[in-house]
Amino acid sequence: MGVELFLQYIAAGVTYGIIYAIVAIGFNIIYNTTGIINFAQGEFVMLGSMIAISLHGVMPLLPSIVLASVVTMFIGALIEVLFIRWLKSPTVLRMIIITIGLSILIRELALSIWGEGVRALPYFTGNEVSSVEIGMIRISPQVLWVVGVCLFMVAVLQGFFHFTLLGRKMRACAANPVAARLCGINTKNMVTLSFMLSALIGAVAGCVVSPITYSQYNMGTGLAIKGFTVAILGGLGNSLAALGGGIVLGILESFSVWFMPSAYKDAISIAILLVILFVRPSGLFGSKERMALKEF
Amino acid sequence: MLRIINLESGYGSLRVIRGVSLHVNPGEIVTIIGANGAGKTTLLNTISGLIRATSGRIIFDSRDVTGLAAEKVVSLGCVLVPEGRQVFSTMTVKENLLLGACPRGKRAAGRADKDIERVYNIFPRLRERHNQLAGTLSGGEQQMLAIARALMSDPRLIMMDEPSMGLAPVIVREIFGIISRLRREGKTLLLVEQNARMALGISDRGYVLETGRIVLQGPSEDLLQNRDVQRAYLGRDLDAEIRL
Ligand SMILES: Nc1ncnc2c1ncn2[C@@H]1O[C@H](COP(=O)(O)OP(=O)(O)OP(=O)(O)O)[C@@H](O)[C@H]1O
Ligand SMILES: [Mg+2]
Repeated sequence: MGVELFLQYIAAGVTYGIIYAIVAIGFNIIYNTTGIINFAQGEFVMLGSMIAISLHGVMPLLPSIVLASVVTMFIGALIEVLFIRWLKSPTVLRMIIITIGLSILIRELALSIWGEGVRALPYFTGNEVSSVEIGMIRISPQVLWVVGVCLFMVAVLQGFFHFTLLGRKMRACAANPVAARLCGINTKNMVTLSFMLSALIGAVAGCVVSPITYSQYNMGTGLAIKGFTVAILGGLGNSLAALGGGIVLGILESFSVWFMPSAYKDAISIAILLVILFVRPSGLFGSKERMALKEF
Repeated sequence: MLRIINLESGYGSLRVIRGVSLHVNPGEIVTIIGANGAGKTTLLNTISGLIRATSGRIIFDSRDVTGLAAEKVVSLGCVLVPEGRQVFSTMTVKENLLLGACPRGKRAAGRADKDIERVYNIFPRLRERHNQLAGTLSGGEQQMLAIARALMSDPRLIMMDEPSMGLAPVIVREIFGIISRLRREGKTLLLVEQNARMALGISDRGYVLETGRIVLQGPSEDLLQNRDVQRAYLGRDLDAEIRL
């Protein structure tokens, strides 16, 4: 394999990997404040891009993306208020069933609103054939948009969680919900906020990636599985590790077409997930104390 | 400052607190002693709003706070230092303290640094550990952090649930010294303690809680002299001594 081609595959892997990482970080944000794995996480990505595509019919690109992200954020809040907030100490199994049920519900709604058609936002700059040259490789400018926007979101999130009072309140809820209440923090509102944040970053990621991967009512399922794999791979709750894990999975997938039919590409994340679950099944829901010690 | 009337609470159908009445006057240190499982933690958790009372009333500063959420109670100036310290272990000492100021809302944000400096003067060890993760502090340091975090809310009433639990005697003395100092600075304190001798030693009045009921109350000196208290909580059996 030539060096150029090699780098080309790396670039493609990084693009997808970063989206997986954003989905994984969405999982982490909610998991950290609530202990819930929100399997509807992928639907936020789908909703963000599908809403933006519809809005783009009547308004320019930037406002449609902003508006779609805000709308998705409020859908996240709505989901939390309607389905999660009133549950008293729900079991993990119950939460899994609820969030999977929600993801099916959202998908079916999306199918009836947008149909089965594959859509896409236009390229932010240039078009499908334009490319920029970086060193030895030529990549689409949209790849730079994906990488740039997503890395920017990760950086902003890190800053938010570590340097703002609101972010610290959310981490406090993750670290010790009872002590957080004794510090005057309304933990229920923090949970709502975590759903809003996850929905927001998912929607933004869905918009930037739409021109490359296209959007469809059922795109969320695959993303949720891959994002979940990455979240586990990076150790649940740790955002920077998720970034690394996402890029590793993206690159693995991208190179997999060399040694197996591309139809099996999606099987890689399932295989990784199974391996992790076999090797350290307790790592998942087993020890809450240890999980609680993990950082965002 | 705090008045509790016929309080009942528990977990589900389990009644733990069965008709407790007590009061704390401004400027007092009041101690509650009782055996393991008597319901001391349940009582403090109910006052602080973590557990809902099933009946009875809790009056703080002539305001009925029964049934108020924990985050509301603390913003009124009634703070709990919970059993087992409960610091935010993944966050730094300074972050823990900043969060402690949350109940005071926006007006505290501007003067947080000054307040942190004030509690560092009370707990110089914490100043040295400014940027250390709270989870990596020693038990004694964590207890100091838990108290310091509570002080950040500028409370008028501080409730402490077994502040001496699991600590070496010299640290216990240090903690009790700080409790006395807080009273001198105008705070009111409600203590729950296993270490009955030391707690009654620094407090004005005491209550004895047994299986969810107050069975004895009075000035601390009287309780320290009381035979039943001595036998049950001070590890001294006068009857046996007399027989000898
Ligand atoms: N979360 C809970 N759910 C059910 N029962 C509980 C719970 N917490 C405490 N209890 C029960 O309530 C009773 C009183 O417990 P509590 O913790 O208030 O006692 P305590 O006086 O603080 O004891 P200790 O000195 O050991 O801290 C005990 O019988 C205990 O088993
Ligand atoms: Mg207790």
